[in-house]
Amino acid sequence: MISEPSPLAIVVFVIFVAITLGLSFYFGAKAKSAAGYFAASGQIPWFVNGVAFAGDYLSAASFLGICGMLSRYGYDGFLYSIGYLAGWVVALFVIAEPLKRLGRFTFADALNSQFQSRGITFAAGTSALIVSVFYLIPQMVGAGALIKPLLGFAHWQGVVIVGVVVTMIVVTAGMVSTTYVQFIKGSLLVLFSGILTVLILNRGLSVDSRPEAMQPQTIVTTPGSPTLVNGLPHGRGEGQADLRPVGHVNRLPGDVSSTGPLDPLGYLRTVQNSEIVLWTAQTTVDGDTKTVTYVPKPTAGSDILRPGLSPLFKDLRGDSLTSKLNFLSLMLALFAGTASLPHVLIRYYTVKDQAAARASTVVGIATIGTFYVLTLFLGLGAMTSGTIDLTDSNMAAPLLAKSFGELLFAIISAIAFTTVLGTVSGLIVAASGAMVHDLLVGVLGVPLKDHHKVRVGKLTAVGVGLVAIVLGICFQGMNASFLVGWAFSVAASANLPALVMILFWKGTTKQGVTWGILAGLLSSLAWILVSADTLRDVYGFTPDDAAKLALVPFSQPGLVTIPLGFVTLIVVSLLTRRTVNNS
Amino acid sequence: MAGFGHGPAAPQEVEDPAMTRRNARNGLWLFAVYLAIYGGFVGLNAFRPEVMTRDLAGINLAVWYGLGLIVSALVLALVYMALCRAPASGGKGAGA
Repeated sequence: MISEPSPLAIVVFVIFVAITLGLSFYFGAKAKSAAGYFAASGQIPWFVNGVAFAGDYLSAASFLGICGMLSRYGYDGFLYSIGYLAGWVVALFVIAEPLKRLGRFTFADALNSQFQSRGITFAAGTSALIVSVFYLIPQMVGAGALIKPLLGFAHWQGVVIVGVVVTMIVVTAGMVSTTYVQFIKGSLLVLFSGILTVLILNRGLSVDSRPEAMQPQTIVTTPGSPTLVNGLPHGRGEGQADLRPVGHVNRLPGDVSSTGPLDPLGYLRTVQNSEIVLWTAQTTVDGDTKTVTYVPKPTAGSDILRPGLSPLFKDLRGDSLTSKLNFLSLMLALFAGTASLPHVLIRYYTVKDQAAARASTVVGIATIGTFYVLTLFLGLGAMTSGTIDLTDSNMAAPLLAKSFGELLFAIISAIAFTTVLGTVSGLIVAASGAMVHDLLVGVLGVPLKDHHKVRVGKLTAVGVGLVAIVLGICFQGMNASFLVGWAFSVAASANLPALVMILFWKGTTKQGVTWGILAGLLSSLAWILVSADTLRDVYGFTPDDAAKLALVPFSQPGLVTIPLGFVTLIVVSLLTRRTVNNS
Repeated sequence: MAGFGHGPAAPQEVEDPAMTRRNARNGLWLFAVYLAIYGGFVGLNAFRPEVMTRDLAGINLAVWYGLGLIVSALVLALVYMALCRAPASGGKGAGA
């Protein structure tokens, strides 16, 4: 879809970004030590840290990705909300306090507290770096998607703007800056999502009976020729055509045309008993010409409010064992992944003690849980308001806001943009911490004084920012939440076994930890790279070819690779413990 | 305001091993409770999906269960906070 920039949106957006950068410069002037740059000197108040947890966590994947997936496929998007939130239980009950007790700057510190092993530092630092980069991809993709309707720029321009601004934030400040940016952003995100939900409920549901609402749409692309939309050149001028935004109610209970305002449960009840038009995409390739046909599909609300409509969970309701295993695998990765994410884990070092770590996690759970309940209404609101861009599901929430007016659109987009800024800042701090503190100093033994660590950390941040920009451009159009699912799988496979076993098994050895991390990391990466989802969505194979060429039976790796990480750690620990005892 | 500056790193806290053990035990019990609830949700969706279509007050079990998982995470977190009874020194009221 082609977007036209709105002056009001641009003004609000510029104000938000200016405030964000102003905060960064202000706090950045005070960051002199490595403890200040990487861990805010352990001085962040627990409440601020708790909301900042939400700010860090409610990334583009949550706001743009989940709303987008919910708007296209219903309940399947809500599964991500549930899984993401459930992961916090692992963080609070199992990981938070021991991690705070063991670590200083990074995840590798905690793992290494009793071993002082270069191998562990290498494995944990590498894992933190790779997971952070995986997590950066969806943020940058979301940024590109946001900039398009907001400023009228192309996707790549949006990605570059975010990359540059975020790198400036991180280079100028570090953990204190990102914490306060996340605190403000997390608060605003939940507040305005609440306002948007109230507006959705107040508007209620209405039937769209216009004949054009049910007309299929096509995009034909041929290299070297103009893109054709519905048979005409793509554009907004005379003799041109653009894709229509879609998503509407076909029938309401009692055959009324409009419900008027609804309460939250009434809204869900009405959706369940309505018929809503979803859209399916069929791709055909003829030589160099690729045709995508979007077809309306009236679907019962009762079908939408249960899992199994998205391509990701296709056949979940049938007898296909691989579909069920794929589902179990993703839900396991979401559950286990949160407590394994480096940029979440390092936030435990920004508060002063274990009680503060615990309290900030509870505040985080309350804030994040509230937001995820709201995503259900935001997604269903977008699904039924004619605000779905068929080429980019990430646009559902901003376009939904636009249906309530330019000002709300401007504010929501600016918040979503600062969401990306904040999350990417946190990720870049985590990645540069892993690179400098773990790999450069810990593994290679480069002697760096405290202020040199900060300087090299900032240089690393620039490098990671550039990598993020390139990846954000490469992965355009993919659902942000789906991409984050990968990051969760890799994080859970590589990091969780090491964390859990160090905390709860005295037989753990440094070799076991090192090989456990590497086994989980490499196996999950390899699994993702040869899976049908990647072949289809990244390498561009048709769904049939992707299914034939895939080397693994299902796409989500967690069910195999998380246990593999545990088994590797245990076996290597048993073998090396005997060696240690003998010697 | 505390935390707005970059002062020296916070000193290492003094731990009470008995309290640490008790908190860890409580945490694992509550984790097991939540794991059972979450496992039930995932298992039902995977192997008995038709159960999720059952209506309760006009809304299906899938929605109720999903919302319940989000709410129960918060409830268990608050129970954990209460069980831990951390000393008041935890970040100016952190250990409520």
